Amino acid sequence: MKPILVRGGRLIDPSSGVDSPRDILLKDSRVAAVDAPGKLNSAIRQDGAEVIEAKGLVVAPGLVDIHVHLREPGQGHKETIATGTAAAAAGGFTTVCAMPNTTPVNDSPEITRWMQSPERNAQVRVFPIAAATRGSMGEALTEYGALKAAGAVAVTDDGKPILGDAIMRETLIAASRTGLPVIQHAEDTRMTGGCSMNAGALAFRLGLRGMPVEAESSLVERDIRLVAELKDARPHLHVAHLSTARALDAVRRARRNGLHVTCEVTPHHFVLNEEAVGEYHTHAKMNPPLRSETDRQAMIEGIIEGAVDALATDHAPHAAHEKEQEFERAPNGITGLETALGLAIVWLHEKHKLPLSRVLALLSTQPAAVLNLKGRGSLAVGSFADVVLFDPKKQWIFHAADSKSRSKNTPFDGWKLTGKVALTISEGRIVYRA
Amino acid sequence: MPKTKPKPRKTPSSSPQQTSFHHPGSLLSVNDLALEDIGHVLKLASVLETEDPLKRMKRLFKRRVSLLFYESSTRTRTSFELAAKQLGADTVLVSALSSSIEKGESLKDTGITLRALGAECIILRHPNSGAPYVLSRATGLPILNAGDGMHEHPSQALLDLRTILQHVRGAKAAGPVSETTLKGVTVTICGDIFHSRVARSNMLLLPRLGARVVLCGPSALLPETAADAGPGITIERNFDQALQQSQVVMMLRIQAERLAGLNLDLDEYKLRYQANAERIAAHASKALIMHPGPIIRGLEMTSEVADGPQSAIAEQVRNGVAIRMALLVRALTAKGKTSR
Ligand SMILES: [Zn+2]
Repeated sequence: MKPILVRGGRLIDPSSGVDSPRDILLKDSRVAAVDAPGKLNSAIRQDGAEVIEAKGLVVAPGLVDIHVHLREPGQGHKETIATGTAAAAAGGFTTVCAMPNTTPVNDSPEITRWMQSPERNAQVRVFPIAAATRGSMGEALTEYGALKAAGAVAVTDDGKPILGDAIMRETLIAASRTGLPVIQHAEDTRMTGGCSMNAGALAFRLGLRGMPVEAESSLVERDIRLVAELKDARPHLHVAHLSTARALDAVRRARRNGLHVTCEVTPHHFVLNEEAVGEYHTHAKMNPPLRSETDRQAMIEGIIEGAVDALATDHAPHAAHEKEQEFERAPNGITGLETALGLAIVWLHEKHKLPLSRVLALLSTQPAAVLNLKGRGSLAVGSFADVVLFDPKKQWIFHAADSKSRSKNTPFDGWKLTGKVALTISEGRIVYRA
Repeated sequence: MPKTKPKPRKTPSSSPQQTSFHHPGSLLSVNDLALEDIGHVLKLASVLETEDPLKRMKRLFKRRVSLLFYESSTRTRTSFELAAKQLGADTVLVSALSSSIEKGESLKDTGITLRALGAECIILRHPNSGAPYVLSRATGLPILNAGDGMHEHPSQALLDLRTILQHVRGAKAAGPVSETTLKGVTVTICGDIFHSRVARSNMLLLPRLGARVVLCGPSALLPETAADAGPGITIERNFDQALQQSQVVMMLRIQAERLAGLNLDLDEYKLRYQANAERIAAHASKALIMHPGPIIRGLEMTSEVADGPQSAIAEQVRNGVAIRMALLVRALTAKGKTSR
């Protein structure tokens, strides 16, 4: 692989606090050098480096999404690892962590390895997150040691919660022993049977059963209680797609008490509220549901104050015919990999003045830290040569039809976003060029 | 656990909302109708009701109307069918149990098939809230919502409105309406509000004409949040007190199996919420008593009340045909923004 010299750009590396004009040399799939503009030009002759001019562009660590559904094995009509990672590359992501609710469920080292095989033709790095319990049935633990050895970076039953106290306690103990975080999809399903949107006046008016805020917050509170009880084992609980002010408060309290609890928020939960359901638009149906305006604002506040560790897309592709159904029958979820950066820039940076370096930290350095992804989310020398180049001022219209994902189920079709990805480099390989 | 729940603020998201095209003749929700449209529908209903039958037959002569029913229904289906036939239209009934729907065909495909077979308007009854929106987006045809899940039953609310107006305004029932037409009128809706599309359509429609809607029922069948569904809606859990304020009382059907799920026995329910002769005589001796049917006699309402002098139940049924004729004419003749 030819070395790459990216020069003339504004390098923002949240991992080292750099935000200045810097050139960067990528060699042997790693960051070989970072230096003042012009200082690395000798590499062109010495190493035969390909030069990429980054004038007017931000050069940042490739984005890291710790919550995607790539649908393989078994649901290739929605997405494949190849198409999902192509969408990731187009969105500036160089690392994605794939949830285990595939067919079959990824609860074994074999499937974990299968997902990472070169035959999957992944465009960016895929880290599987394995099922916490066999078949994600919430009954018997999977083999955490073997799963970790096969490449799994966390365990979860995402899509379903780990509901029972005893099994969640076992999960936390076994995972901490193995050094894996436990990711919880926090939903007390005893309160959400038959529900398809957020509980409240709007759900009542639309004649839809609503998921109460308490379905999320009570399970987060339960999990935190278990983490506190198991303090000596120091388990790491990560709350997936947190969506309510109450659950966020619980996370804040846990952290004040010194517990290892982290959380992520999706772009749709800080951009949209329940009103987006409108006339039963299934592209506004997801789980957790879009919440009240109060909760949406709480997500923004939590992100700005630093209570939220990471932005994650919960990229959940579904075929058109699956979404073109009665609202209650349509599956949950939307695609998100190609809109995350643009939405984060508009809603966090432009509207709420969060510095670009913090936005990028939330999309790269911090999620990498949450799941201990060594050498990711950083442009320090020796890190993986995962880089995104984007124009931070460029406004563009996102067209779902142009998406690289196999599915087009997004509520953001036709939206004007800011921050257009120009180039994505994954481990030294150019995987996307606008 | 702290019990403080923030009151949701109604701030629409600052985003381009996806707006769907619906045929101007469609009726998916009572909110689709401006007050002016409501006046037109009421007037048209009166014109059609008294029109010479042969002349009326020419209104929609040989126009093709499909009735697509995913739930069994006697009253609404028959009412729409009669309305269509009196206007000369051809009707085709497709019911879930005797069609490819049973074989797993989607609502979208069923709609496209009906359109390809020549349907010019589809009347839909469906167990899922919002299904008429799916059908409308799929076909672009005028869709009449004949009841969708727990969402709405707009033609029922319009026939209820006509019934109320005939009593409140008498001869002027067919005239134009405004936001003060029902000023001073309190309508109590009692029973299983949560599961009722009739309740939702009425509580959204009647306050727009100035009525006050009082909802009554046990909390499991009537969540507090129902009062936030729109303006002019309040909750009164004491049925006697609700009755005392009311000029109109709408009773809803109670499904015994739902009460069982709530640990509420029938006797207790009847004690608190049944419309019986003594209660009506004591608290609402002049009120108009309505019920969308089917009635479970002896449960939410006794026979004395259902068949008594205050009962408007038979009028409701009669008004159903007139209103549905008007809606069909509107559906099949609408071109511009509103019907003519
Ligand atoms: Zn989830």
